[in-house]
Amino acid sequence: MLGNEAVAWGAYEAGVTVATAYPGTPSTEITETIAKYQEVYCEWAPNEKVALEVAAGAAIGGARALCAMKHVGLNVAADPLFTLSYTGINGGLVIVVADDPGMHSSQNEQDSRFYARAANLPMLEPSDAQECRDFLVEAFSLSEKFDCPVLVRLSTRVAHTRSVVETGERKVVPLRDYVKNIPKYVMMPGMARRRHEEVEKRTALLAAAANTFPWNRVERGAGETGVVTSGIAYQYAREVFGDVSYLKLGMVYPFPEKLAAAFAQEVKELYVVEEAEPFLEAQIKQMGQKAKGKELLPVTGELSPALLRERIFGEKPQTDQQPGEEIPVRPPVMCPGCPHRGVFYVLKKLRLTVTGDIGCYTLGALPPNEALDACVCMGASIGMLHGMEKARGREFIKKAVAVIGDSTFIHSGITGLIDIVYNKGISTVIILDNATTGMTGHQDHPGTGRTVRGMPAEKLDPAVLAKAVGVRRVKVVDPFAVAELQKTVREETQAGEPSVIIARRPCALLERAEKHVVVRVNEEKCRQCRQCLALGCPAVVEKEGRIQINEALCAGCLLCTKLCPFGAVERVER
Amino acid sequence: MLAGVGGQGILFAARVLGTAALKDSYDVKISEVHGMAQRGGSVVTHARIGGKIYAPVVEKGRCDLLIAFEQLEALRWVDYLQKDGRVVMNKQRIDPMPVITGKTGYPADIPVRIGRRGGKVSVMDALDTAEKCGSPRAVNMVLLGRAARYLPINEKSWIDAVSEVTPSQFAAVNLQAFNEGYRATGAGIQRDL
Repeated sequence: MLGNEAVAWGAYEAGVTVATAYPGTPSTEITETIAKYQEVYCEWAPNEKVALEVAAGAAIGGARALCAMKHVGLNVAADPLFTLSYTGINGGLVIVVADDPGMHSSQNEQDSRFYARAANLPMLEPSDAQECRDFLVEAFSLSEKFDCPVLVRLSTRVAHTRSVVETGERKVVPLRDYVKNIPKYVMMPGMARRRHEEVEKRTALLAAAANTFPWNRVERGAGETGVVTSGIAYQYAREVFGDVSYLKLGMVYPFPEKLAAAFAQEVKELYVVEEAEPFLEAQIKQMGQKAKGKELLPVTGELSPALLRERIFGEKPQTDQQPGEEIPVRPPVMCPGCPHRGVFYVLKKLRLTVTGDIGCYTLGALPPNEALDACVCMGASIGMLHGMEKARGREFIKKAVAVIGDSTFIHSGITGLIDIVYNKGISTVIILDNATTGMTGHQDHPGTGRTVRGMPAEKLDPAVLAKAVGVRRVKVVDPFAVAELQKTVREETQAGEPSVIIARRPCALLERAEKHVVVRVNEEKCRQCRQCLALGCPAVVEKEGRIQINEALCAGCLLCTKLCPFGAVERVER
Repeated sequence: MLAGVGGQGILFAARVLGTAALKDSYDVKISEVHGMAQRGGSVVTHARIGGKIYAPVVEKGRCDLLIAFEQLEALRWVDYLQKDGRVVMNKQRIDPMPVITGKTGYPADIPVRIGRRGGKVSVMDALDTAEKCGSPRAVNMVLLGRAARYLPINEKSWIDAVSEVTPSQFAAVNLQAFNEGYRATGAGIQRDL
């Protein structure tokens, strides 16, 4: 099982009945897997904050609930998280957060363990798929025992590694009684002050319990070296240090001080091996223990056995050959037939300043398009554009737009748009509506008209939504109708009032039907002006000075036929 | 290690490999790549098989077998191989964006250069074989079949794994593709250094 599948299975075994999430790599498969278990209610929420609130409501309502997200999603859900620590739960509530050290598919590599400490919540960290299953079962009982949400932290290499998992039977957990309890669940200052005292007592109890928590274990080995570690770093350490002693922490917060002190006593040399920030190391050093950690290992990027070998033991990789020359990089690209390509072609041609957002279209920043100016977080494109307008004035913003995907717009773009309208901005927002959540692998959302299980749902229309918040100019265009799109972008940016352009065409990967049309280059007409190459389409290639179309890759979108000034790219029926 | 370009069916091949290894009672860990890297980018999946596996990633200089779905990706990962490591390599060439836009050239003579390092190299036209089996998408099964001979896993476990992991409507094509790769001799193989 994949680590994420094991998380889903563990929650299922623990009797979870409500599971919520917003997709985000590397956490997405958790919810996609749970959606297959018919006993569990499962949903894609519009964003992580809503997902956590739904899960919290379910837990306070007496059910066991699960909420999954990627690390940056926890920033979005941080508001309910901190106060849920005060209210506590009723049925168990487990929040799985998947960090992405090395940024395989993320915009930062923040360390979510600090959330556990900041919100005073216990955090478990599995090191393989088996522990993903085991820790989820454990997390639910811990949550109910200590009356608090429990965080489970994954990293990409745990979430996306397949390994053997022994499973058990699903436990049917009856719904707990729901009893109205204003002092516990209504967090006004008077009640919250009392609850904060409870939180501090609970944290002290958890810290004591951490010393005997069964998943915090000492593995005694030969020699006088000891390694404190957790998560995937444990696997790397085992690989490299071999037969030494390990304090393998399943619970990374609160820190088991007594257990760690006793372990440190037994060894002469203490190492702390952890990915990202020196989180465990700081707590060990705070106890007055000497340990080697981040003085040897980087806080940036992923760890690996090879890196440990090099930084701790000074061993270089045993590689015996050098290929010699630079190997060309292969960055990710927008797929052949991708509807975003038409939009970026126009934006680059018009030389607009473009605030970008999170999704496949972030790839518009890469050559040859290079059409983006900024990308920060989900929904940020719209607010940032408005801020640029307020800083640089109306004339500047008439040469600028925001681009945001349909799923991202619903996630947190709509509030930015409301701000533009409310505060008298004149910015133009382009919604790239490809009818799916593309980058994470095609999840449904409120705009697709289908639920996580593919059942019909009310379909949110971003055009209607934009009008409802007060945008009077809303246009819908086909991103492959390049001339019309260009005209629309010109008009709307000049309009002097807020406007929304919806570039609507489904993701090229959604319909894998047989292609009936491809294109070919008419060699007699082609003058090698290379304009078609500026599209950045993997199917349009230059070989020995001639432009060619790779027919196996061509999706038949015909975009290149429309912009060739010599009509040299011709449509061919298959 | 299985290396190639996003969309070539590498994750699927790795799942078949893992399933087959489990049938022969090995411990298995397979580290996959999802998300952004899959959009036509360079993709590598690490697979480790043995008695007890800790780290799911292969270290540079310690890889026994590299299955490369594309020439340039073979070159990119070849220094992960140990001295006697083997490369099973597809003849296919997929230009990356810097080559398409003319910023850089596609390296020449990759099979020869990889061969020069002294390891064992098998090069085959897996795409052609897959098309003959009925689907260009079965290229992953052809290559896996070719590589399977160099792994200590029983033929029956391989065949069972292919049937198990493949959705039933593609089972026949995938089984044929795997077998073509497994039995490939002379004709299918360009070089066997």
